[in-house]
Amino acid sequence: MSAYEQPPGGGTPGPEHRAALALGDDALVLAQRLGEWAGHAPVLEEDVALSNIALDLLGQARTLLSLAGDEDELAYLREEREFRNVQLVEQPNGDFADTIARQLYFSVHQELLYGQLAGGRGELAELAAKAVKETAYHRDHAEQWTLRLGDGTAESRRRMQSALDGLWRYTGELFQPVEGVPADWEALASGWRNVVGAVIEQATLAVPEGPQSSAWSAGTGRQGVHTEAFGRMLAEMQHLHRSHPGASW
Amino acid sequence: MTVEQPNTPSPQAGWPLWEVFVRSRRGLSHTHVGSLHAPDAALALRNARDLYTRRSEGVSLWVVPSAQITASSPDEKDPFFEPAGDKPYRHPTFYEVPEGVRNL
Repeated sequence: MSAYEQPPGGGTPGPEHRAALALGDDALVLAQRLGEWAGHAPVLEEDVALSNIALDLLGQARTLLSLAGDEDELAYLREEREFRNVQLVEQPNGDFADTIARQLYFSVHQELLYGQLAGGRGELAELAAKAVKETAYHRDHAEQWTLRLGDGTAESRRRMQSALDGLWRYTGELFQPVEGVPADWEALASGWRNVVGAVIEQATLAVPEGPQSSAWSAGTGRQGVHTEAFGRMLAEMQHLHRSHPGASW
Repeated sequence: MTVEQPNTPSPQAGWPLWEVFVRSRRGLSHTHVGSLHAPDAALALRNARDLYTRRSEGVSLWVVPSAQITASSPDEKDPFFEPAGDKPYRHPTFYEVPEGVRNL
């Protein structure tokens, strides 16, 4: 167990802290990835849309990481193996279709998960109740684009299908139970398959076929094992803070 | 400026232009706030949400293809607008505004 899993006041880290760390890291890492589109999106309007989504996620990350400790320390000073995000969110942006596929898979998951948590009690439920409206919009954005790319030109269709196929193997981890997150994981998994399947079919694409519950080829991000690209992303994210500790503007 | 028809966006010319109208609160009219590019109406509405209402500026949004707007021309300014200048009886200045009415 790393020092960063200690609760703010010291003492034994509870499941609540591990829960906040896992969900906070998901939001933080995806915010950083989406932020990479700023100034590079295919059109100005999408630049703003993706940055808006990134900022929503950053807000969630700040709230969640603050539940787990000092937000800046957690974001900027942890090593790769101490991050608890799922591997899906750290996958590189790729082309626009890759980003949209990652958004579709993750936002459907997040909307369903927050929807469940919002009914509970405690700090996590409070955050979820607020954030579920944001994630509904993220899901809608991803859905709209999946439909247009899938049912668009031959080129957009090919790219969208290949993006959905390529990221499919990272989706199993979304339904691995996380300690301290009081969710019905089986309902989450079946709900996710229904929603994502319906969108993909409406986009006239094929739901990827791949390993399911028993043989996921990815899925240890929650244990701190990450994919190659994650280290480079972290280096960029943490570089300024590590070079100039305490810098502010 | 030429504007593409909403249903025939060409990759060269980019997406068609849309005009955005926001109603800032109930009881007020929609007001023109700007324009944006989008491939179709549904995405134009979403882009408008991201560009113009992210800081609680509105409760309702309209998007209209710019190509569908017929505008008066600057050349017609005089015949269109000049004659109204010296006709004060056309202005509703002879009424008392009832108390409590803010947006008449």
